[in-house]
Amino acid sequence: MTQLEQALRQGANHDVSEQAKAAAASFADHVAGHGLLDVAYTVLDAPVGPVLVAATRRGLVRIAFGPHAYKDEVLQDLSDRISPRVVEAGTYFEGVRRELDEYFEGRRTRFDLPLDWSLIGGFGRRVLKRTAEIPYGRVSTYRDVAAAAGSPRGARAAGNALGSNPIPIVVPCHRVLHSGGGLGGYGGGLDVKRFLLHLEGAL
Amino acid sequence: MSVGIPPFQSFLDEHQENVYRFLVSLVGFQEAEDCFQETMLAALRAYPRLRPDSNLRGWVLTIAHRKALDHQRTRGRRAVPVAEVADSKVESDAGGAGEVWTQVRDLPSKQRTAIVLRFAGDLPHDDIGHILGCSEDAARRNVHEGLKKLREVWTQ
Repeated sequence: MTQLEQALRQGANHDVSEQAKAAAASFADHVAGHGLLDVAYTVLDAPVGPVLVAATRRGLVRIAFGPHAYKDEVLQDLSDRISPRVVEAGTYFEGVRRELDEYFEGRRTRFDLPLDWSLIGGFGRRVLKRTAEIPYGRVSTYRDVAAAAGSPRGARAAGNALGSNPIPIVVPCHRVLHSGGGLGGYGGGLDVKRFLLHLEGAL
Repeated sequence: MSVGIPPFQSFLDEHQENVYRFLVSLVGFQEAEDCFQETMLAALRAYPRLRPDSNLRGWVLTIAHRKALDHQRTRGRRAVPVAEVADSKVESDAGGAGEVWTQVRDLPSKQRTAIVLRFAGDLPHDDIGHILGCSEDAARRNVHEGLKKLREVWTQ
């Protein structure tokens, strides 16, 4: 490289990391009103650890936490299945943050958040919609939600649907237990299921 | 379902600094922020049409370049590359290096763009050709001619 080329490179080598970071952080605000933010997300703090929440224009579409919820994988999945226009936008989630805080403080027994069910269809969606009707502090069984969703012998399929619940906590799959009285499974870890049932006074 | 292009936020995280630095070279510190937001907005608009094997860096710098030109056109004045903006805290030893960029702005526009893309954007010649709408060889010639002119006027 000649001295001139070196000088050109050196002269263009501004340290812009702070400005670039600040500009990128306010990008979501610049996007507002252009109808381009297909999936907004942020990560909230909660007693169950960091909780990733994502929403479309229709409503809350995904909640992820626990040992198997890797942020990169969750975001890639949203990108592949909904739209790659996925942008971090913390300011969009004040309502979600408030309702979750109140829930974890024991001051909220139902969520008033619009939901987007597009990540699950068919029988799974019917199961989850039935599950959403189980009141705070009460429990049901895989068999009963399967029957309510129209498939009395679909307990196992209902278990699978609940295991892939895209919106846990708000769609309370933790309230569904084994018919024999066992806790059953939980995508976010059984400790969290126990914790939520304790919180609601159901255990 | 197959894995497609990365979520836009990953793309933004990865390229924000490059794009910003590149824009500073083209329009100066003061207007880089506006151009950056316009660039990323345009990128977000077109993003779902990209293929997983797309050259994201070349693509976004192409947009940035176009936005910088738009910006200058609406401002009705010419490019003001980098070191023009003396209030920026360029590395202390960049005095001579900064000088040369003030001379870049006097180059003919194709040469100027080629130099900016090559030395501020760090792009290979075929990408530069793509952005300028010419062949790789023509891009190389523009860089070369630009350097030749600069060498005549540049004193270290």
